Amino acid sequence: MTWQLPHINFRALSVWRRNVLVWRKLMGPSLLINIGEPLLYLLGLGYGLGLFIGQMSDMSYLTFLASGILAASAMNTASFEGMFSVYTRMVTQRTYEAMQATPLSVDDIIAGEILWCATKCLISGTAILAVATALGAVHGTQALFVLPIIFLIGLCFAGPAIIMSAFSHGYDFFYYYLTLFITPMFILSGVFYPISSLPTGVQAVVQLLPLTHAIQLVRPLVSGQALTDVGLHVGVIVVYTLVAYYFAVVLVRKRLVV
Amino acid sequence: MATQRRTKSFETELVIQARGLTKRYGEATVVRGIDFSVPRGQCFGLLGPNGAGKTTTLRMILGVTPRDSGELQIFGVDDPKQAHRVRARIGVVPQLDNLDPDFSVIENLSVYASFFSLHGAKIKERIRQLLEFTELSDRAHTRIDVLSGGMKRRLTIARALINDPELIILDEPTTGLDPQARHMIWSRLRQIRQSGKTLLLTTHYMEEAERLCDDIIIMDNGHIVAQGSPNALVKKHIEAHVVEIRGATESISINFDQFPPCRRQQVGDTLYCYTDDAHPLLAHLESQGELITLQRPANLEDVFLKLTGHEFRD
Ligand SMILES: Nc1ncnc2c1ncn2[C@@H]1O[C@H](COP(=O)(O)OP(=O)(O)OP(=O)(O)O)[C@@H](O)[C@H]1O
Ligand SMILES: [Mg+2]
Repeated sequence: MTWQLPHINFRALSVWRRNVLVWRKLMGPSLLINIGEPLLYLLGLGYGLGLFIGQMSDMSYLTFLASGILAASAMNTASFEGMFSVYTRMVTQRTYEAMQATPLSVDDIIAGEILWCATKCLISGTAILAVATALGAVHGTQALFVLPIIFLIGLCFAGPAIIMSAFSHGYDFFYYYLTLFITPMFILSGVFYPISSLPTGVQAVVQLLPLTHAIQLVRPLVSGQALTDVGLHVGVIVVYTLVAYYFAVVLVRKRLVV
Repeated sequence: MATQRRTKSFETELVIQARGLTKRYGEATVVRGIDFSVPRGQCFGLLGPNGAGKTTTLRMILGVTPRDSGELQIFGVDDPKQAHRVRARIGVVPQLDNLDPDFSVIENLSVYASFFSLHGAKIKERIRQLLEFTELSDRAHTRIDVLSGGMKRRLTIARALINDPELIILDEPTTGLDPQARHMIWSRLRQIRQSGKTLLLTTHYMEEAERLCDDIIIMDNGHIVAQGSPNALVKKHIEAHVVEIRGATESISINFDQFPPCRRQQVGDTLYCYTDDAHPLLAHLESQGELITLQRPANLEDVFLKLTGHEFRD
């Protein structure tokens, strides 16, 4: 039972819908947080550093950075939602306990949560893309294909975050994951500079990280350069997504179905 | 043929049937092979000290706690794969409130309805009725965190009825409430039962069980130690009268042999005497000025304490 493959059912949508309804109530502050930080990076680093750097990888530094930030902010949004918010609903507010008394199963709950994490990424990603466009960092309408990629990044990073929630006994625990995984990825995966400038040994490791592949999809779409190895990049992200999804469901079952 | 069917579906139909139901957590067996059945339309009480295994049993019925062994038919179904179908026909009032603090009173009901795939005008009307039934109509748009304990409990009961369930499981529905709130909930639960629904209730209030339940099981340490109607349990296990003697009981020697037979138990500063004829003892005690005595009919609490002992649990 515990290790069975997750069942997917349309009932998951009612969990997703619950979160949409809550988000709608707190839309203002939520958007502000999700857009504020990336915007600060774009303005502060993009213009400030951009002045000294000029071009990077044959595009303006603002474009280079904006494409990295688009991907990284999806990673952050999904991670924070999957940890702090999911933990709050799972443990603090006992929302899942209430859901478990209805036809919803843990499988439905987790599917709904992951879907919601990705949706939240999509919402703030759309706003960031609009801001980046207004700043002149986006080149061409093909950039709209960034949105499904952002959704996929959201799905990908929701799973590991929910796994952290399943293990956690308090909010402090999440800073280990943020410090040990999310921040290194943010710094090493090519948000701020091309990974080719890293030592070869480090590059090999960085090539295994999902954010690296996400950025290699988002960057050409934003800058208008040629997209390469789409299958590989999407494939890596999808594999991470599926594996994390499976373990997220199993581990939450282990915690709640006892 | 017709009468046979009628008998089967209206009188002897069992909503819950458990046989040898067992749950272990690691080394600890917390439900030890219990057998019980709940006929449709009854209010069935599950009593027992803290840690007896009541909540665990309820969770197994809901299919959210997997059992280690035994049979458990709910609505005649014993299949973990069908648990979601079974839950669609059950309403739950959990031991601890888990209302959604992100929503108002009315949103709590409509969002919960959506978990049962219930949407639209019909459910809107049902929510209106349920708010009326639980006297929360004027609180429809209030946030959860400003509700009183009694209102939260009433809302939880309204929420448990949202799917028009056949079976309602209530885990300590009135714990922590004042007498007014408790009486109000009792009257609502009686109404629910009268409408033909089956209630399964746990409580630490013997008065609540006596007032509401047709049938009771008393659990202790994962075992069932007694079963029957409240009256039958009192008749079977306890003498008709109880005399409580408080005060310096040690310093006074009463020769109980001179009175009709009397079972005695000392708890703290109180000596409980259970007897079928209390008059001779009372007459004698009247002459012992410094003792405080109280005579009352035996009740379910006496049965509970006799069967589960007087020591603290947990
Ligand atoms: N998830 C769990 N893991 C380990 N032990 C558990 C778990 N849940 C319950 N128990 C143990 O099982 C026993 C029965 O617990 P249960 O909650 O069923 O008791 P209860 O009769 O509902 O008690 P109360 O009146 O305090 O609510 C207790 O000893 C409890 O500590
Ligand atoms: Mg309990």
